[in-house]
Amino acid sequence: MKILYFAWIREKVGCESEEISLSEEIETVNDLIEWISSREPKYANAFSDLRAVRVAVNMEFAQFDKRIKNNDEIAFFPPITGG
Amino acid sequence: MIRVQHQDFDPGKELQDLTSNNKNIGGLASFIGLVREFSNDQKLDSMTLEHYPGMTEKMLLAIESQALNQWPLDASLIIHRYGCLNPGDRIVMVATASSHRQAALESCTFLIDWLKTEAPFWKLEKYKGIETYEWVKPTSKDTQKTKRWKSR
Repeated sequence: MKILYFAWIREKVGCESEEISLSEEIETVNDLIEWISSREPKYANAFSDLRAVRVAVNMEFAQFDKRIKNNDEIAFFPPITGG
Repeated sequence: MIRVQHQDFDPGKELQDLTSNNKNIGGLASFIGLVREFSNDQKLDSMTLEHYPGMTEKMLLAIESQALNQWPLDASLIIHRYGCLNPGDRIVMVATASSHRQAALESCTFLIDWLKTEAPFWKLEKYKGIETYEWVKPTSKDTQKTKRWKSR
C-alpha cells in the first residue's frame, strides 16, 4: 500500500510517501491511522487532531470508516486551500 | 480543457484560443486569481502551492465535466499553477463560453467556488522580515460557497 502525506502533515511525519504492507487487522482508514500513530511520536503528533485531517483513497475523498485494501493509494492532507 | 502547471500563462491568448474556432459563442466569462501582497496583516514574501499530482487533474476534470453537464457551454478552461509564486502572480484562471451570458457567468462562478474547496492544493505563505511561515487554513465562507452549489 502506498501512503502519501501532504502540506503540514508531510512536514510533521518527515516524508512524502511510504510503502507499507497491510496487516490483516487493518480494515479501515481509521485502523490505518491508529497503526501509523503507534509507530513513532512524530506520526502520533501528525494525527493528534483528526478534525484537521482529510483522506483520499485512490484519489477520491473518503471518510475515515472507509474500508481499504493492500493495493490502495491512501493520501492524508489538511483541508484544501485551492483557487 | 484543464491544465496544471508551474509556468505562467497569457490570459489574453488563452481567451482568444478558447473562442477562435466557434462563432456560436456570444458570451465569454473569466476569472483570474492573483497572489495578494498582504495576508493576515503581514507582507507576503512568497506563496508556495503544493498539490497532489494525479488527483488534482482528476478533480479538475470532474469539476469541469459537471459544469458542462449543468450549463450549455461551448468551451471551458481551468488553469491552476503550483510551486513558488510571488505577490501579483497569477495563480488560477477559469473561463467559460456560451451562446448567452448567464450560462457563462454562472458556470464560471461555480467552477472557482469549487476549486477553493475541492481541488487538492495547499498554500504555504512566507512573510517578509520574519522566519516563520504558515499553511493557509480554509475559510468557512469558502466552504459555504461550495455548499450553495451543492444544494441547487
